[in-house]
Amino acid sequence: MTSTRRGKVVSYNKWGYIFLIPFVVVYLLFSFVPLVSTIYNSFFENYRSGLTQIGPTFIGLENFKTILTSGEVWVYAKNTMIMWILGFIPQILISLLLGAWFSDPSLRLGCQGFFKTVIYLPNLIMASAFAMLFFTLFSDGGPINSLLMQMGFISTPFKFLSNVWSARFLVATMNCLMWFGNTTILLMAGMMGIDTSLFEAARVDGATSTQVFFKITLPLLRPILVYVMITSLIGGLQMFDVPQILTKGSGDPMRSTMTLIMYLNKHLFSKNYGLGGALSVILFVITGILSLLVFKLSSRNESN
Amino acid sequence: MKKKVLSVLLAVAMLTGTLVACGSEPGSASEGKVLNIYCWNNEFRDRVVALYPGYTKTDETHGTIGDVSVVWHETPNEGNAYQNNLDDTLLKQESAAADDKIDMFLVEADYALKYVDTDYTMAVTELGITSADIANQYKYTQDVVTDSNGVLKGLSWQGCPGVMFYNREAAKEIFGSDDPATVQEYVKDWATFNATAQTVFDSGYKIVASANDTYRTYSNNVTKPWVVDGKITIDDNIMNWVNDSKALVDAGYTGTHDLWSADWSAGFFPEGKVFCYFGPAWFVNYSMSADTEGSIGYNGGWGATEGPQGFFWGGTWICAATGTDNTSLVKDIMLQMTTNQTTMTEIVTKYDDFVNNKPAMEAMAADPDYSSKVLGGQNPLAMYCAGVDGLDLSNLSKYDQGCNEEFQKAMKNYFEGNATLDEALDLFYKAVVEKYPELTY
Repeated sequence: MTSTRRGKVVSYNKWGYIFLIPFVVVYLLFSFVPLVSTIYNSFFENYRSGLTQIGPTFIGLENFKTILTSGEVWVYAKNTMIMWILGFIPQILISLLLGAWFSDPSLRLGCQGFFKTVIYLPNLIMASAFAMLFFTLFSDGGPINSLLMQMGFISTPFKFLSNVWSARFLVATMNCLMWFGNTTILLMAGMMGIDTSLFEAARVDGATSTQVFFKITLPLLRPILVYVMITSLIGGLQMFDVPQILTKGSGDPMRSTMTLIMYLNKHLFSKNYGLGGALSVILFVITGILSLLVFKLSSRNESN
Repeated sequence: MKKKVLSVLLAVAMLTGTLVACGSEPGSASEGKVLNIYCWNNEFRDRVVALYPGYTKTDETHGTIGDVSVVWHETPNEGNAYQNNLDDTLLKQESAAADDKIDMFLVEADYALKYVDTDYTMAVTELGITSADIANQYKYTQDVVTDSNGVLKGLSWQGCPGVMFYNREAAKEIFGSDDPATVQEYVKDWATFNATAQTVFDSGYKIVASANDTYRTYSNNVTKPWVVDGKITIDDNIMNWVNDSKALVDAGYTGTHDLWSADWSAGFFPEGKVFCYFGPAWFVNYSMSADTEGSIGYNGGWGATEGPQGFFWGGTWICAATGTDNTSLVKDIMLQMTTNQTTMTEIVTKYDDFVNNKPAMEAMAADPDYSSKVLGGQNPLAMYCAGVDGLDLSNLSKYDQGCNEEFQKAMKNYFEGNATLDEALDLFYKAVVEKYPELTY
């Protein structure tokens, strides 16, 4: 009797593991193996000069030394963070506002399905196509410049892509436009998960909608907010397609819109797996530290 | 069953492949059935389709010559995609099946040495092409594809001496005449050219569309290559370009657009208000929107004159890939396209090109019946003939493409005032070392 029961338990466990297999296999194949081989590659001198393969020769930590001593990586890390923050702040504010409106039953918003679809649409456009569009719109002889000139704001074309802050601002705007819909949907899901009786209780107690938002919605939304923060941060650190296409890979002006991944891409011209690997490992560490930091900070607040 | 048939077929294919490779004699009937040609645009393909005898077009990228099927592998140049693809395929050439091997590929002057100076390209003598066959070609076109041991490894059908194309309407308006000799007086050397820039500006025109337009005229007249003993060096004449261009940009006489961008090519139309462009023969036919209604070229509104300094730009060379199983066909295509006088004169009349055949070009230059429609009835060939003699290609290196591109990109920051000269130069060095890690500065 007991032995059959134990047999049943074991066979249930077995199914658990079987269901896990697809994930584990995919993870091992597409995440773990590349991760290990990247770290392995970072210790070698390994690139192509024309059609001649140089290396691979083991050179220890030489690649890391090259990258860290030149100091460039910090400049590009700074650029990446600036453009991410410039885009993320408006993105989270707009999303919170839209999320609150959409999930507030007392507003009785019509055509919700339509608006939810529309705000999500920019995300469906390929980032490269979107960047090409902005490149054309904001080029020296583009429609934005002719519009501004016709309206008399400026007399000569403003070179949006030759000015540090306007170029960064364009990248941030594009990222914000592309991702605010996604964030809105996530936050809305979080807001609708909050027990409605809490809102009703607050209303009965005479709370204004601002008070409801700041005292009830926001605190209860924290886990989702942290999730949004971390995923957006990781996505931001991997920012590549938009600035790459917008500046044709140059990161102009003076590489002030060059992100970490664009820098990594520069090393692929010579198939430089050594330096590229070392840069990726550094990027991995930075991402890990930042994510941990965000996680720790927000969970400490929660316990308070 | 199907698998068995397939494996037998594969085995047979492999065997015949080896046998063919063993016993391949130029002209033998046992040559490969597929001719793979790697290219980055339709320029060469159009010419082969229209002019190679016996070529039957199946679709855009496929055709047949006799019982050999021709496959065009077209990868665009942007972002180095063409070379990346070519490199990877060449590196696998040895182990590839006979029908998948590259038979023929095209290269440009900026990176010709990267391929020519390796064993991946065949010497033309190995194909059976003799020096008598190519005696009429311009020597510079052979210098570009001669490896460090003096072996010739490719051929070209075109010569690319550059001239200055000016807007005839603008010339009439500014100088009162659109005659090439008169205009030449205003642009005969760089000092005069830069002074003329102001006159042109006062009449509402930009002298050139972008500072990058004049780049080749300076960079082709250097006294040393980009890389000397593994060290990146910047020639004095390149610095002259920087100084002259900075002055032009600061005065508003020209812009800083990238070549091929929409802002740059606006000057192909009258509203663009650009006085001149620099380019070789292919530029007129291929790039200046000459087939678009309303463009200056469409109405024959360009004139050609020597300009301040001779230079060359671009050009396409045909290389035979080592390991090809179609040697006699490759040889014949090379000879037909680069030495056959009838084919070549047709290229000139049909595409406004300047071809790699000295006697033919000199004859056509003197021919009053030939004129270019885009150039308003002018016959520019004499100018090209004169230009091609002065070309000096002793300072090419295999790093030219990366260096030229990165230098123009970096200097844009200096011209636009986003960096000092030293900062911009520093950016250039950094960018080149990223591309070629073995170099120092």
